[in-house]
Amino acid sequence: MYGKGILKGLGVTLKRFADTYLDDISWWLQGRKRYYTQEGIAHRSSKNTRGIFTVQYPEEQLIQPEEFRYVPFLVYNEGAEGKKEVRCTSCGICAKVCPPQCIWIVRTNDPNTGKPVPEPKNFYIDMDICMNCGFCAEYCPFDAIKMDHDFAIASYGRNVYNLEKLLKPASYYAEIRPLNYVKEEDARKAKEAAKAAKAEAAA
Amino acid sequence: MEENKYEGLNLPNYNIPEDIQNVVSVTTIDRLYNWGRRWSVWPLMFGLACCAIEMIAAQASRYDMARFGMEVMRPTPRQADMMLVSGTVTKKMLPSIIRLYNQMPEPKYVVAMGACASSGGPFKEGYNVVAGIDKFLPVDVYIPGCPPTPQALIAGMIKLQEKIDKQSIKKVRWYEKGKVDSNYVPMPILGPDLIDVRRSAEFEAAAVKKEGVA
Amino acid sequence: MTAPASTLTLDLVSASLVARFPDFVTADARPGFSGFIVKKENLVEVATALRDEFGFDLLSSVTGVDYLAENKMEVVYHAHRTTGGPGLVFKVQAERVDPVEVPSLIDVWAGADFQEREAWDLLGIKFTGHPDLRRILMWEGFEGHPLRKDYKEAFFEEETKPYKSRWPEGNHTYAEFKNPFRDNLNLPENFSLDNYQPQTEDQLYFSLERSSQKHDVGREKEMGDHMVVNMGPHHPSTHGVLRVAVELNGETITSLKPVMGYLHRNHDKIGERNTYLQIMPYTDRLDYFNSMANNFGYAIAVEKLMKIPVAERAEYIRVIMTELSRIQNHLIFIGMLINDMGSMYTPSLYAFEERELILDIFEAVSGARMMCNYFRFGGVVRDVPEDVLRKIKDLVHDRLPAKTDEMERFLNENEVLVARLKGIHVLNAEEATHHSVTGPCLRAAGVPYDLRRADPYSVYDRFDFDVAVRYNGDMYDNYLIRFDEIRQSLRILEQALKQIPGGPINSQKPQYQVRVPAGEAYGRVESPKGELAYYVVSNGKPNPYRYHVRAPSFVNLTAVETMCKGVKIADFVVLLAMLDIVMGEVDR
Repeated sequence: MYGKGILKGLGVTLKRFADTYLDDISWWLQGRKRYYTQEGIAHRSSKNTRGIFTVQYPEEQLIQPEEFRYVPFLVYNEGAEGKKEVRCTSCGICAKVCPPQCIWIVRTNDPNTGKPVPEPKNFYIDMDICMNCGFCAEYCPFDAIKMDHDFAIASYGRNVYNLEKLLKPASYYAEIRPLNYVKEEDARKAKEAAKAAKAEAAA
Repeated sequence: MEENKYEGLNLPNYNIPEDIQNVVSVTTIDRLYNWGRRWSVWPLMFGLACCAIEMIAAQASRYDMARFGMEVMRPTPRQADMMLVSGTVTKKMLPSIIRLYNQMPEPKYVVAMGACASSGGPFKEGYNVVAGIDKFLPVDVYIPGCPPTPQALIAGMIKLQEKIDKQSIKKVRWYEKGKVDSNYVPMPILGPDLIDVRRSAEFEAAAVKKEGVA
Repeated sequence: MTAPASTLTLDLVSASLVARFPDFVTADARPGFSGFIVKKENLVEVATALRDEFGFDLLSSVTGVDYLAENKMEVVYHAHRTTGGPGLVFKVQAERVDPVEVPSLIDVWAGADFQEREAWDLLGIKFTGHPDLRRILMWEGFEGHPLRKDYKEAFFEEETKPYKSRWPEGNHTYAEFKNPFRDNLNLPENFSLDNYQPQTEDQLYFSLERSSQKHDVGREKEMGDHMVVNMGPHHPSTHGVLRVAVELNGETITSLKPVMGYLHRNHDKIGERNTYLQIMPYTDRLDYFNSMANNFGYAIAVEKLMKIPVAERAEYIRVIMTELSRIQNHLIFIGMLINDMGSMYTPSLYAFEERELILDIFEAVSGARMMCNYFRFGGVVRDVPEDVLRKIKDLVHDRLPAKTDEMERFLNENEVLVARLKGIHVLNAEEATHHSVTGPCLRAAGVPYDLRRADPYSVYDRFDFDVAVRYNGDMYDNYLIRFDEIRQSLRILEQALKQIPGGPINSQKPQYQVRVPAGEAYGRVESPKGELAYYVVSNGKPNPYRYHVRAPSFVNLTAVETMCKGVKIADFVVLLAMLDIVMGEVDR
């Protein structure tokens, strides 16, 4: 019969249409909230999702996986009295590995001896060149540069971030990447313990 | 009339004095005008590169830009309000983009989506890449990212809406007298390289000097 | 493991080829290099013999290498058999004088057409006998051949990355300030706009049939009604910034020429400046639907050069990711095809839903939705966590099969769709192989050529799957074969998920500077669009000497003129959609 295929197709759209309401109703009957809740967003991103698929940014936000990466930022440890202990030692590996070469580092030199000090004097990342590849974070030996989760950084002008704008506390890092943070901290502690044990043995 | 006194009226969430709440509705022409415009920014259906795919994704069901009145992608520039420069602008493509921009009626906005449109991005060093569309067009919002995720794009669109909110009908360029084509951009020429005709004298001087150096 | 379908092994071919042409074919003896060097004068003869006598019916890639120090140019050809087996590489060398001349192979393999034009455009190699040797990626009138080693672009800073200005005295400056023109601009000396005559596009229009026969008195009247229409580069249905100059007789296409380069982002030139690792994220941006497949091809090419093994678990992860990427690519293809046919939104929105779910997985393992940058030499960057593996299993076992069924129920029998697609010829087997078309379009024409089976790479030889093939070569077959491929990908995924072993995910230590011995490698994979290959030449330094991408979309476009002659203009849009081109890959 001519038109059977079209009817079949319309059946699919009709089912989809009905699903929109059926799913809402079933959630309502179960007393659960489908919108504006973490549970609801997780459901809409799971294999069982049917009906309305939209995640209504900015009211709702997709659950970001830990590895999600946007632009890089620099981590500092919160020292005593709010002192920012910048993890970066300005070794320059991130600047070397950066594919579009958008990282610029000025190394600090000791004013008396002229020898380099392991701390950046300034650090620039041209966010309008950055390709979000994540190499800098991947190859940083000091866990000092990490990829951010914050993507709402649109602005009315060009974006060249300097050291001040790049710095974020380690607690923020622990918040966005808890598993990685714990892993790195454990590795650091193990390394320190090994070092201490070695020093003890030598003594 | 003291203009400053009423400036706050243009901003959203203007506080109406308590005693006249629920009695009057205070608005200004600006707010009404901007409210209408901010919820009906029609983008030009126009994609350049990778970012265009994220733009399509933002239009699709998960992010659904229709919630912002931005779902009506117009293939013709005559009906579009916003040009979303989504991707690398190459020298070869630039004349077409400028022609499209010149055909768009005012009010028009340009959003540079992603690193490439903002400044050439990872491909900046390439010989066929324009180092940022803002060299030629007035860009309103820059969205970093390579590519910006659909959510980041929507965040940028909200930024654009905020910009629209702050505009005043008295000062906008498209109602200024005698300045009908204030934003007309002359077409660049594809010669031995891309030449911005507005700067041609400067280029010629530099070219002569270059020889002098050599 | 499947045996290679060909009867002649590569060694046998080499022996008999040298025996057949002892005077002008010599083996390439440089360390790390393979194949033959053919004398320039006898190139066409040898190529014809390769095609007709040795069965190399598919010309995979043509590209040039500029050996500046040795003052010569080399053109490298890779030929394959559609029956399977490894490919054959042969080269021609020419003095680096102006112009460099090499005979064209367009009469032997029509697939050489665009690739030779590209070599002319970027390297300045003149292919004598090519009927339409215009610039292809840059515009006519552009000065210089950018891929030559002595060409320096406006923002040139140093020969290789990393640049010294970034560290330790890295005060940020814009690249513009280093250029005399304060812009990405390279003008010849003493340039003046007043006496500059811009080149017109006459050459393009003369290459169309009507113009070339304009002076043919007998046909003048007949050709008089023809109209030339430019579609693109801003056109909603050309899948990006492709422009096609079409000559129409009424509504029927009589002649057409694609014009590309509107997204030419200088991948090859930037790649030759990058270190080996730095190229990896750039490959993501070739075919931006399938960054996983792009990574795969490049990783294979460099691993071949480095002669390193790949960790077992990583091999499986690679296969899983690439097949997922193929599924989402084909789903989008179907959605966009229907979009191009005028049914806006609904089917493509359905397709995008499944795509989002697959992208969620990419985001969880690699960190980015589209630009995954997930592969490293010897493995992948990080392991797939158990919960993500669970999620992939859920998708592969439950959701995707059901949704593919739904999609087929939704569209396949739709009378309008069938009327638009059925019986409209795309390509037959002969045309497709002659024009070097690969991927689903070739298989829909009845040639069961799929690299995963024809020349198995990675662990594809361990899976039980069929090469999707259909025989009518019309649009409907081209459409249906995408569903077939989705099903086969699901089959592969099921097995891969079952077999995936534990263990390390990289055979190498993480390192940002890899040591690559001198030599050449051609790494090819079956990307969803066709045969994606990387030709990498190393001279032992941290940067590749030559890096070339054989992009399936670009080469498939060679056939577009053959495909579209004589069809209605409305069908042309759908035919173009059938090729499933992505401009990032076409223009690179």
